[in-house]
This record gives sequence, C-alpha cells and structure tokens, in this order.
Amino acid sequence: MIVNEQIAVDHGLKKEEYKKICNLLKRVPNITELGIFSAMWNEHCSYKSSRLHLKNLPSKGKNVIQGPGENAGVIDIGDDDAIVFKIESHNHPSFIEPYQGAATGVGGIMRDVFTMGARPIANLNSIHFGSPQHKKTKNLLRGVVHGIGGYSNCMGVPTIAGQTSFDESYNGNILVNAMTLGLVKKNKIFYSKAAGLSKPVIYVGSKTGRDGIHGASMASAVFDEKIEEKKPTVQVGDPFTEKLLLEACLELMTGDSIIAIQDMGAAGLTSSSIEMASKGSLGIEINLNKVPCRETKMTPYEIMLSESQERMLIVLENGKEELAKKIFDKWNLDFAVIGKTTKSKKIELYFDEEKVVDVPINILVENSPMYNRKWKKAKLPKRIKVDKEKFKNLKIINVLNKILSNPNICSKEWIWQQYDQTVMGDTIQKPGGDAGVVRIHGTNKAVAASVDSSAVYCWAHPLSGGKQIVCESWRNLIAVGAKPIAITNCLNFGSPENEENMGEFVESVLGLGEASSYLDFPVVSGNVSFYNQTKDIGIKPTPTIGGVGLIKNYKNMVTIDLKQTGNILLVIGKTEGHLDQSLFSRDILNEKNGPPPEINLFNEKNNGITILKLIDKKFIKAAHDVSLGGIITALSKMCIKGKKGALLKKPNYLINEFEYFFGEDQGRYIIEIEKNNLNNVTEMLEKNSVHYDELGTVNDNELIINDKSKVSIDDLIKSHTTWLINYMSK
Amino acid sequence: MNSSVITFPGSNCDRDMHVALKKFGFKNKMIWHNSVELPKSDIVVLPGGFSYGDYLRCGSMASKSKIMQSVINFAKGGGKVLGICNGFQILVESGLLPGILLRNKYLEFICKNVFVKINNKDNSYFRGIKKKTLELHIAHNEGNYFCSKKQIKEIENNNQIALYYSDERGNIDDNNNPNGSIKNIAGIFNKEKNVLGMMPHPERMIDSSLSGEDGSIFFENLINNLK
Repeated sequence: MIVNEQIAVDHGLKKEEYKKICNLLKRVPNITELGIFSAMWNEHCSYKSSRLHLKNLPSKGKNVIQGPGENAGVIDIGDDDAIVFKIESHNHPSFIEPYQGAATGVGGIMRDVFTMGARPIANLNSIHFGSPQHKKTKNLLRGVVHGIGGYSNCMGVPTIAGQTSFDESYNGNILVNAMTLGLVKKNKIFYSKAAGLSKPVIYVGSKTGRDGIHGASMASAVFDEKIEEKKPTVQVGDPFTEKLLLEACLELMTGDSIIAIQDMGAAGLTSSSIEMASKGSLGIEINLNKVPCRETKMTPYEIMLSESQERMLIVLENGKEELAKKIFDKWNLDFAVIGKTTKSKKIELYFDEEKVVDVPINILVENSPMYNRKWKKAKLPKRIKVDKEKFKNLKIINVLNKILSNPNICSKEWIWQQYDQTVMGDTIQKPGGDAGVVRIHGTNKAVAASVDSSAVYCWAHPLSGGKQIVCESWRNLIAVGAKPIAITNCLNFGSPENEENMGEFVESVLGLGEASSYLDFPVVSGNVSFYNQTKDIGIKPTPTIGGVGLIKNYKNMVTIDLKQTGNILLVIGKTEGHLDQSLFSRDILNEKNGPPPEINLFNEKNNGITILKLIDKKFIKAAHDVSLGGIITALSKMCIKGKKGALLKKPNYLINEFEYFFGEDQGRYIIEIEKNNLNNVTEMLEKNSVHYDELGTVNDNELIINDKSKVSIDDLIKSHTTWLINYMSK
Repeated sequence: MNSSVITFPGSNCDRDMHVALKKFGFKNKMIWHNSVELPKSDIVVLPGGFSYGDYLRCGSMASKSKIMQSVINFAKGGGKVLGICNGFQILVESGLLPGILLRNKYLEFICKNVFVKINNKDNSYFRGIKKKTLELHIAHNEGNYFCSKKQIKEIENNNQIALYYSDERGNIDDNNNPNGSIKNIAGIFNKEKNVLGMMPHPERMIDSSLSGEDGSIFFENLINNLK
C-alpha cells in the first residue's frame, strides 16, 4: 500500500502533520512507519496539546524521588521505603465495552507500577456516569464495576477507596480513572532508560494478538454515531496472566539482570521500544518474526500497533538471557529475545529478512507536534442572591434525607462490596471514609490515599475548581491523620480544539498548580484524557486528583465514625454559608448558576496542619472533612458510620440555618473530642488562629437540630443506603 | 508445628496465610504447585486466590496439579488439610470434599464481614473454641455451596457441616445467607473431619487494626489442638 495524505488523515493525523513527517523523513513513510507515527503523535501518547501547560505544574519536593516522565511517580516514605503511584484514564474503551475497558484500565495502571519494581499494595478508582435516567447508565455502571473487580480481585490487590458520580454531561462519555500504589525499596527502583550497546531486548508476557490495534488513536478522537464499529480497538484483559507477569517480573528484579523495563501499554510495542531507546539516546533493532504472536500471518503493522495486554519489554544485561528465561518459563509466560540496542539512534525493524521500518527516533519523539492551542478565559459567575422566602417551606430533616439519598452522596456500598478490600491483610481503612489506608507490611507505617474530583465546581469556574480538588484531596488525607506528600492527576476534558474546553483545561491546571505548590503537595505523575466528547458536546471538566499521605504510626489513624455519647463536636474552619454550586442549591433549589466556593489557601494549610497536631496529641476521636452537602451531610455520615446520634445547635451567625448547614465553604472539618480535652483543644486552635464552632455533642440514637428537628439514625441509614441498591436491582 | 501452604499460579492469599500461620507459632513452608513431595507437615493449607485464573471452573485445574496427588494421599492417611476460599473450591474439585461451589446467588463478587455459627466442635479445627459464632471475612464470587439431596443427607448424618452463615447470635436464615448456599453452609468437613473447606478468610482477621480479630481465635485454637 502506497501511503498518501488521505491514508494519513484516516490514521488520525492532520494534513500538516503528515507533511511534517514527509519533510523530516525526506520521503513518504511506508504503511508500518505511518502507523508508528500515528501512534506516537496522537494526543494520548504525545501530549501535544497539554505539554506546554503541564510543565508549569510543581513536581519537585523533598520527598519526591521520581516526578512525571517515568511509568509512575515515586515518593520517599522513610526507612528506605518508597511508594510508586499513578492514576490513568480508560474512558473511551470503557464506554464502548465497559467490562473490558475498565478491567484493562486497572491492569494497565498496575503494570505501570510494577514495571518500576514495586509490588502493588492498593487500588483506587474514580468513575463517572451519565444521568441515572439515561438508558445506558445502569449497564455501564454494572459493567465497569464488574470489570474493575474482575481484574483487581484476581490480582490480589485490595481496592481501598474510590469515587462515583453521576452527571448528564457524561451521558455519551463515561470516565474510568484507575489508580495504583506500589511499595518498593528505594535502591530497587527500575526505570525505562535503556543503556549500553548490543544489549538484548526481551519480550515477555502474553502473546501479541490483533486486539486493541489503534486503541490510543481511538482515545484521541471524538465519538460519533459509528462508535460501535470501534469495539475491536478495545483490548481484552487477562488478569491471571498479569498476576503471573507480576510475580515473574518481581522475581527477576531481585537480581541485577535488568537495565531497563517498560510495559507495553498504549501503542504497545511501538511506544515501549521507542521510549526506552529515546531515554537512553540509543537506537533499537527488532526482528518482528521473533515476536510471539497469538494469530497467524500478523503483519509488521499489526504487530507494532497491537495493544494486547500483559506484555513487557526489557533491556537485559548480556549473558542474563538464560537466567531470565528460566523465571518466565516457571511462570508459563512467553519469553523471546527480539532485538538489541544499537548506536544508530534509529528504530529499525526487520520482517521476513527485509527492513520494514527505518526511522530516526528523535523525529518520532523530540519532533512530535506541540500545539499552543487557542483558549478562552472563563469569567467568574456572579453570586446568586437566593430568595430567603424559598427556605420557608423547607424542613431541614426532609432536605437532609433527600440529600443523603442523592446519587452523588448516597452510600456506594453496592459498588465497593464487589471489590476485594482486604486481601494482603494490611487494609486498616476500607472504602466509606475520607481515605483508604493500608499498612506498610511488617512496619508501624501506613499510607493513606484518596481520589477526588469536583466537576461542577470546575465547570462553574475552572481556576477555583482546580484549586478546590487539590485542597479536598489534602483534607481527606489530613482527616485520617496522614501527612499529605504528593499527588497524581488524571485530567479529563473535552476537545482541545474547542477554545472553551481548552480554556477549562488551561485554567484548571493553573488552579491545580497554584494549590499544590502552596500546600507543598507536588504532582509526581499523571495522564491527560482529551476528546471526552460526543459530537460537539464535551463533558464537564473533570480533573481527578489522587493524593497520597503517610501515617508514621498506624495506631494513630483517625476514622469518621462517631465514638462516644457525650463527646463534643467542633466545626473547624469558617462557615460563611456559600450555597452557589452547592448540592443544596442544585438539588433542592434547582439553581445551577453562581460561582463555586472560594479557596483560601492560607486557611486550608493552617487548618490542616493544626488538625494534624491535634491528632498527634491524640485529642481527636473522629474526623471528617466537610465537602459536598455541607456540615450536616458530613455529620450525618459520621453518625451513620458510628451508629450514633448528635445534638446540634447552630452558632449565632448572621446566616440562615440552611446556609449554615448546607453551605459548601472550603477548608473545614468536623472533629469529635472528649469533654475534658475541650480546653486543651480550643487553646491550641486559638493559638494557631484557627476558627472553630462548637456544634454540639454526640448523642445515642437521634440527630436533633436546634431542639426542634429530629431524625433517628436508622432513618438516616435508610436514606443513605437504599438509592443505589434499588436503582441497580430494578 | 509444621505447616505447608501450597502456591498455585494465581493464588493470592498465600502470603496472608503464611503471615497468619507464623504469627500463631507454626513453622511454615511455601510449596510450589509443581513439587511432587510434601515436606513433613502437621497441616497443609490450600490458600485463597484465583488459581489458574478460575478458568474452566474454580479450582478445577489446580486440583489436577502435581502436588495435589501428594495432598490427596496425605489427607487419605488422616493428615489435616485446610482449604480457604479458592482452597475450598480445589478441595471439592479434587474429590476430598463433597458438593460444588456455584456462582453467588446475585452473580456478584461479595467482600464483607459475616458471622458464622460453628456447627461441629468435635474436631481439631474447632475443639476448644468457646464462642458460638465467629465474625470472619468473605471475599468471593463462587461461594454458593451446592450438592444433591442425597449428599446433603449424608453430610448432615455424618455431622460434616462445619460452619453456617448466621447472625451474631447464631440464627440461621435467608437474611444471613450472603451467597445462596444450600442450608447456609459456609464450610464442611470430610467424613473423617481431618479435611476442612471454608469460604471465610480467618487469615484476614488476625489483629485489632484489621476487620476484626476472630481469625486469631481460630488459629490459636488450631495450633493448640494440633500440639
């Protein structure tokens, strides 16, 4: 097949990009080369629209061992231990085929982590679906949850936290973001930078099939009515093989045979071979006839673009082939020496004794397109003056029950009960709290992790929204007693070719950067997913943050459940009654306009650090951050988890009861303390200039607000737990 | 006391079991599925996980692996063999225990704490446990125990039911049956009571920071009875 401009366009390349390829090569590429260019230059692999903005994110810090640019980020947690972690999207495939799309998303992110030598110790996920009324939502939710569980349960890695939301903007584009944390010794971290000449290049894992060809290109395009035709671009996962691959790789990694290792993820053999060579400023030569194939008569084009799962590429020390082969034989995995490193700085591929690809690597990598896309700055919406008359007909308990059963607030037990949360025997905080927590096996340390996103806030004002999610992630870690260390981000947006969507991206990233830099909470890894768009309509901007923190002594961990009747409840942080973009405004008042809550980074940091001091002194019996649904929602969840009630009195503020209890001001927590510690605690809060309200006390079985409104905890539990179960069983 | 934990390709609770056995005083060895001989053991444990990816039927391929012939001989000679979760599935597939484990009634994986009532304490696994029920953890997709009417009669006549799913006080009813098991069965013995298969994971409940501590009761009791 002679390549021409039309074929290039069919591969997702722009006309000017095709011209650039011909100019750089000084000839027309053949079809395999064109396939390789399309895989390397698509948005998913090249970050061509986002690179310019991402480089401004803070990625350094005293605990950062490895920032963005490797398979995953790495942080130091002391005693020679390090945590490797990353979040990644698998949105497009999950919409086309929810089970396999979600499963391979989880498989892919775990591979990124164990490629670096780390054993995965925890999984998290952030999943977003269309309106519950939309005809596809239920099946997509069921398929995604089964897929996530199917893969991670089989791998024997606990799923410890997650986030699920529903919004009509995801009707045609769901989001599936998967995150993995792995544990490694600092001196046993493996990287993808090849080094040395004539080193054997090894292929291990599953055989290569025709599945997933052009997966990464599909993920870089807008959906249209022909979406069903794209099913063959979705990869098929085999968690059993990945479990074997994990054990085999970790076994090989105990020695010193590996120079570089890279998993074959998006764009398969193409991107893994090119990235390893590029990082080492080397060339790579591969004989494609040696690649283990699942099907007969696969062409070089298919072999290079297949996204078959559970495969790794390794550059080995000379003479270690036999030793490595023995390990992979033991685990019944394919092992093949397929090529070697060269000094040519080119990728040279042979098939049937003929050279089929001959391209300088710098053309593919350094010369890949980078765009400074046009973007539109968003205006801060005007505050909405809520007509207080609207509150008159509302009864606080009715509103509370309605909010607790809102799909975005209600208990997600139906989901996480399908995930193994306790395998590996170190899960000390399961889903349903502020963050998941796992112990570092055999030590007193534990790591906490949380995933967060606030698409509504980002949609109303991307800059504030970007800051808010970083703060929420930080708060969730603080609330369990963890010192926040670093974050990973998964940036889900519409088309970068649309100025408004691009503006949402640019400003969210700015906000995110500002907050993470202020909080000393650097970004160490991440991924961008553009084109979450059906025809002309993009999703609400949904940057997702995965935060990781350290608890030095796991016995000091804090949970959200109320502990003891008579204990005192304090609200930490100032409540102004910000209702715009709150769940209360949108769900109860049906008011969708206005700005999201303001972020005060000074207060955020100061409140968080003070809470950690209080936890350190063991004053805090329970804690929960205040977010969606405001104080009363947060407190109800504490009641539900602890099967306790509370007696509450609104402080004498100049704001209305609904504003106080449902407002979504930021930087706040609710804490439970013992009566005899009240003076010590308030003294410390005052000394650190932290605002607090005395909200009330823990009660036996009822939540009582201002002496007049009452509800039993059983009723709150019912409101909170029934919606999702009913929805899924209908 | 010497114990052996068998690792099959796809086992994933083997380390957890190793940690638990060691914690309560066993000298444990990890045995690879391709080995032919068992080391001298007071108990052999088949751990949970997804041996051979649960392909074909859960436990079916593992039941044919090399080491299993030795495990079967060991059991037939009266040796203690304990199978947890996937290990239970391997035991029924290998014929050491009657019945079969089907997919959960609601066709979904279930991971949560449950209570089990101990039915038969006249054996080395439960003799000496004072509590009527234990709070343990389940995590499985195929834990729905099933067998023929004739078999269930035999099982009951021989007092082979080890554990029932129940509430905290030991009431056995449909509300406390997480997976649809016939008669709420959570674990069974062979006729001789030296082989036990159970779906719940005691090894995940061995200290106060985890989901609970009733697993400790199980292991402490086990090592005392084997001494």
